[in-house]
Amino acid sequence: MDSIIQRIDKGQFWKFHGGIHPPEQKFITADQPIRTLPLPNELILPLQQHIGQAGKVIVNIGDSVLKGQPLTHSDHPMAVPIHAPTSGKVTQIKPSVIAHPSGLEELCLFLEPDGEDKWCTRNICTDFTTLSNEQLIEKIANAGISGMGGAGFPTHIKVNNSAEIEYLIINAAECEPYITADDLLIREQSPTIIDGINILHKIVSPKVVLIGIEDNKPKAIQALKNATKNIEYIKVCVIPTKYPSGGEKQLIQILTGKEIPSGSLPSSQGVVMQNIATCYAIADAVINDVPLIKRVTTVTGLGLNKPQNVWALLGTPVGFLLKNCEYHTQDTKQVIMGGPMMGFSLPSDRVPVVKITNCILAPSEKEISTKDEEIECIRCGQCADVCPAQLLPQELQWSAKAKDHDQLNKLNLFDCIECGACAYVCPSHIPLVHYYRIGKSEIREQKQLELKAEKAKVRFEARKARLERDKKAREEKQRLASEARKARMNSGTTEANNEKSAVAAALARVKAKKQQTPTNDDNATEAKSSQANPQIAAAIARAKAKKLAAKKEAEQTEVSATKNIEETTTPDVESTPEATDKPKDKKAQVAAAVAKAKAKKLAAKKEAEQTEVSATKNIEETTTPDVESTPEATDKPKDKKAQVAAAIARAKAKKLAAKKEAEQTEVSATKNIEETTTPDVESTPEATDKPKDKKAQVAAAVAKAKAKKLAAKKEAETAKARESQSENIEETTTPEVKSTTEVTDKPKDKKALVAAAVAKAKAKKLAAKKEVEQAKTQESQPENAEETITPEVKSTTEVADKPKDKKALVAAAVAKAKAKKLAAKKEAEQAKAPEPVPESVKDIASSIDDNQTSVHVVESSVQKKENQSDIKNSSHSGNTIKSLDEEVEQKENVKEDDKKSKIAAAVAKARAKKKEEKSAPITIEEDKKNRIAAAVAKAKAKKQQRSELN
Amino acid sequence: MAFWIAISPHNHIQKTTSALMRLVIYATIPGILAQWYFFGWGNLIHIFLATTTALVAEFFVLSLREKKIPQQIFDGSAVLTAVLLGVSLPALAPWWISVIGAAFAVVIVKQLYGGLGHNPFNPAMAGYVMLLISFPVQMTSWQPPLELMAHNLDFVNTLTMIFSGFTSEGFSLEQLKTHVDGYTMATPLDTVKTNLTLGLTISESMNNTVIGDHFGIGWEWINAAFFAGGIFLIYKKAIDWVTPFVFLFSLFVFTFISFMLSPDTSSSTMFHWLNGACMLGAFFILTDPVSGATSTKGRIVFAALAAFLVFIIRQYGGYPDAVAFSVLLCNMCAPLIDQYTRPRTYGHSESKGEGNA
Ligand code: SF4
Ligand code: SF4
Repeated sequence: MDSIIQRIDKGQFWKFHGGIHPPEQKFITADQPIRTLPLPNELILPLQQHIGQAGKVIVNIGDSVLKGQPLTHSDHPMAVPIHAPTSGKVTQIKPSVIAHPSGLEELCLFLEPDGEDKWCTRNICTDFTTLSNEQLIEKIANAGISGMGGAGFPTHIKVNNSAEIEYLIINAAECEPYITADDLLIREQSPTIIDGINILHKIVSPKVVLIGIEDNKPKAIQALKNATKNIEYIKVCVIPTKYPSGGEKQLIQILTGKEIPSGSLPSSQGVVMQNIATCYAIADAVINDVPLIKRVTTVTGLGLNKPQNVWALLGTPVGFLLKNCEYHTQDTKQVIMGGPMMGFSLPSDRVPVVKITNCILAPSEKEISTKDEEIECIRCGQCADVCPAQLLPQELQWSAKAKDHDQLNKLNLFDCIECGACAYVCPSHIPLVHYYRIGKSEIREQKQLELKAEKAKVRFEARKARLERDKKAREEKQRLASEARKARMNSGTTEANNEKSAVAAALARVKAKKQQTPTNDDNATEAKSSQANPQIAAAIARAKAKKLAAKKEAEQTEVSATKNIEETTTPDVESTPEATDKPKDKKAQVAAAVAKAKAKKLAAKKEAEQTEVSATKNIEETTTPDVESTPEATDKPKDKKAQVAAAIARAKAKKLAAKKEAEQTEVSATKNIEETTTPDVESTPEATDKPKDKKAQVAAAVAKAKAKKLAAKKEAETAKARESQSENIEETTTPEVKSTTEVTDKPKDKKALVAAAVAKAKAKKLAAKKEVEQAKTQESQPENAEETITPEVKSTTEVADKPKDKKALVAAAVAKAKAKKLAAKKEAEQAKAPEPVPESVKDIASSIDDNQTSVHVVESSVQKKENQSDIKNSSHSGNTIKSLDEEVEQKENVKEDDKKSKIAAAVAKARAKKKEEKSAPITIEEDKKNRIAAAVAKAKAKKQQRSELN
Repeated sequence: MAFWIAISPHNHIQKTTSALMRLVIYATIPGILAQWYFFGWGNLIHIFLATTTALVAEFFVLSLREKKIPQQIFDGSAVLTAVLLGVSLPALAPWWISVIGAAFAVVIVKQLYGGLGHNPFNPAMAGYVMLLISFPVQMTSWQPPLELMAHNLDFVNTLTMIFSGFTSEGFSLEQLKTHVDGYTMATPLDTVKTNLTLGLTISESMNNTVIGDHFGIGWEWINAAFFAGGIFLIYKKAIDWVTPFVFLFSLFVFTFISFMLSPDTSSSTMFHWLNGACMLGAFFILTDPVSGATSTKGRIVFAALAAFLVFIIRQYGGYPDAVAFSVLLCNMCAPLIDQYTRPRTYGHSESKGEGNA
């Protein structure tokens, strides 16, 4: 340290490698004082003029602002505000060409000066020594000061450094040819500059302040020396003129002999550097409370009649400066912002002056030739000789041309400061810096891509692991559950037997009776299970059923309804085969019954299709938790609760149906319902350790109630939100899906089920929504739909695997039931195609036993197909239904044997005509019933499709 | 107003590669004049032949490669190659020697490797070595200085000699080489080498007529002229001073050591410096940027290696002069030298900078 200062005192400095001596051309502007220009007609203020973050605009278009008033604000530490350079009106805020080598457009604020130049209120601080460092730094930050030499690094960050600083270096080297802005500023404002240096000295508290200035500015040197005569800690260091001695690293090396290790900041070596113009701005900001709104800019070049330094308000368009300095037009117009070595040519004269603009160079054609022909590198090595970073420019150039990024990194491309010395001396006129810039940006880009890929991989692996975990947990749970169930069923208690038979009877009745009396079925099921409040439930159910029956009219809606149903059934698809294996239990049957009942209701209701969909959704949601809770909680009063729940569910479904007018309303409502239900649902498993049954139901009820309220409210909102919804579907659903799966990890049993239900419900909602949207946004939808569907479907299948036992059955039942209802209605309409019923019915009876298994298989496969085709379909818009049906039909035809389909068809028809007769054979056996139902469902589905085709 | 967009830096040194080449060509003029003065028209005729051939060959290849012909053909590199080749050939070698040599240098050594900037070998020297190996007799038949020749060798005689093998008076090259006293004259380097094998000491060889009063009649002046041209180039910053300086200095060191060890069989430094193609090699050939090392450190190694090879071959090898061979050998090493002499990048520690090699 001491030796360094001794050396400096003796005027001995270190040397940096290389460097060049381009013609200085400073004489053009060095001898005229800085001129103040009139106000331009318009100021264009880029919101971001520094490295880091742009602030938020805090004024509005049309606002009148005062001179010095901040226009942006941000709490980000790397953001500095911009200020109004004069008073005037904000006319627009829009992207405009900014000072950037690529001619980039960025958000700019346009200010129309009112000519009054009226200041906002200022606090003039006469003695900055009374301020604390924090206050000073805050003032600097609020004044919008960022490095004015080149990079534009926010000054308050640079000086607010915890590191121990030995040297504060003030960069006044101004090594670029032509530029004299700092030179003139020093000559005219050295006292203020010294104030600024003193402020910095107070903040940074270095051991010594070194002002580095090239020896080609004798007047400025004299001014500085005079101003610092009595200040011991400031040393004016006159260094030999050599480009690029004004580079940060180079100047540090010249003055202190220190090299800043690659990739670290000068402060790590105890050095902080500030540009001398920044010092002036700091003094102005702290003492006079003048934010950074103007700067000295050298407007030079032989293309101008009056080249000179000017005080340019930030935001002044370059064209205004050129006009004021009398630019004479030439054939090859080239205007450079910055010096000839590192500046960049401007795409237009609308580019504004910004905080770092120290020079506008308008050269004549003779001065700077625009036509250099690049020829091959002759390996002369002159570039390497002059490179201040001691790189091998010629090798870099080869590697850059060959896009050999590894080699570029090895050759330390990123240590290139883009000073242009190499390109300056290259006899082959190779634009070396250009190649380096390209190389750098390519490498950066590649790094970004790699990072992204890495992240994606991690995510993928995490997901895989999670799925694996879930699967294991599911299998384990399933195993336990099935064991428990077997044990119970095999216990042979009378209770168990009773249950079975009762349920069976109920089912039989249900089927026997037709749509006219759907309520009876419900009653029957509930009545049979016989424990508590069956009558209530029955009564409710009946009442509803009647109401519904009354509503039946709209046939066209059925078409879409079926589609909805198909979509809604999809999540069940996978579970069906498994589910059908155990249709023994009561619950399953109960569920089936419930489902059927609902399905009927639905069919009845059809006017607003989406309404139905959401209703079923709700029902399912609400039923599932109940159903689940039963096996665990209700070793004894199983039936009761289930029924109660079913009843409640139905009741709600109806209520919902009643409310439905605006269909989209429903759609969105259901979405909300889910959101609202999830928390409730989560709470249930914890709460229900003991009184599981009730609470669960209560919770369900609560959830539903909320759902309804929401639905009501949503009408107003959805009208607007619909467009945005369709876009956001993806976003909104994914988190939900995630949350559900996460939830399932812990309280697996219930939550998992709940989640499953939720997932299903969503899938349906989506389906419903899609329709709504299809109608409107047919073109835009397909893409969205595809994206949205996939996560849903995944989640549903995953989820559906878990609570296989009950929900699956329920779902299956529901699906079947719906299919039947639809079919039934169709027949009512079609009522023409009479076929020999009795025989076929008999056939069924005999063939059913044989075909049991195959029927199931086929069923599930059919559903799967439908599922697939649904997905496909939804991704296409327009006449989706037809193509879907065709597909399904074809597949069915291929796989299914004729027999079964015929039987099914026959059964269906038979039912349509003579309902009483039909019901008889079905009531016999439970198992058979199920299968028949399945077959029937299929048949109906087909018919329906056909009819739709027609 | 839309502006012309250019890439920084916007100003540029006024030097160009072709100007550089031209400067080097001009710098050979003193040497060529000295050659003409002491050895007659032979080399000038060869330079002319080689240049013509080189330009034709260049044109031919460039048109095949569909390059910008006018720009590249006159970038000076082909002419420089031809001049250097012509300068180094024996003055009275048959015409086809320079034609083959120049064509080989341009087509094979330069263009086939990718043209200017991509040739690993110095084209002139590669051509020279190819000729030396293929046509040893023609390539070693050095004409004695004019002042020692019994016969008059004017321009016409030289021309007929080169094109027909005989002067207009009907003398063969062999006859021309014969001293008035009846023995065949060779170059000083040759003479010394032969004498050494005959068991004569260096100081005895120095009395040979071809050596004259100093270090070789004619040769000493030719080398001095090339030296002057080289200094001019250094002054003009067309070449780096490091390479010639290190080369000559190393040659001095090696010869000095050798002289210390065995004065009787070692020629003096000055003899080495001022004979053969020493100065031509030092200033005009080793400094060829394309086939040399690029960094300063690399150039030092490169030049020292060349000096060592020149010395070794001259002293112990089978050929009297060795500049061409050693240049080619060094060209081969240049990429390796570059690899191991990468400068330490600013801000990087020493070990890392080197380790990248
Ligand atoms: S631009 Fe880069 S490579 Fe060229 S001289 Fe400057 S630092 Fe070296
Ligand atoms: S200065 Fe140009 S020609 Fe010379 S080595 Fe560098 S890149 Fe090649």
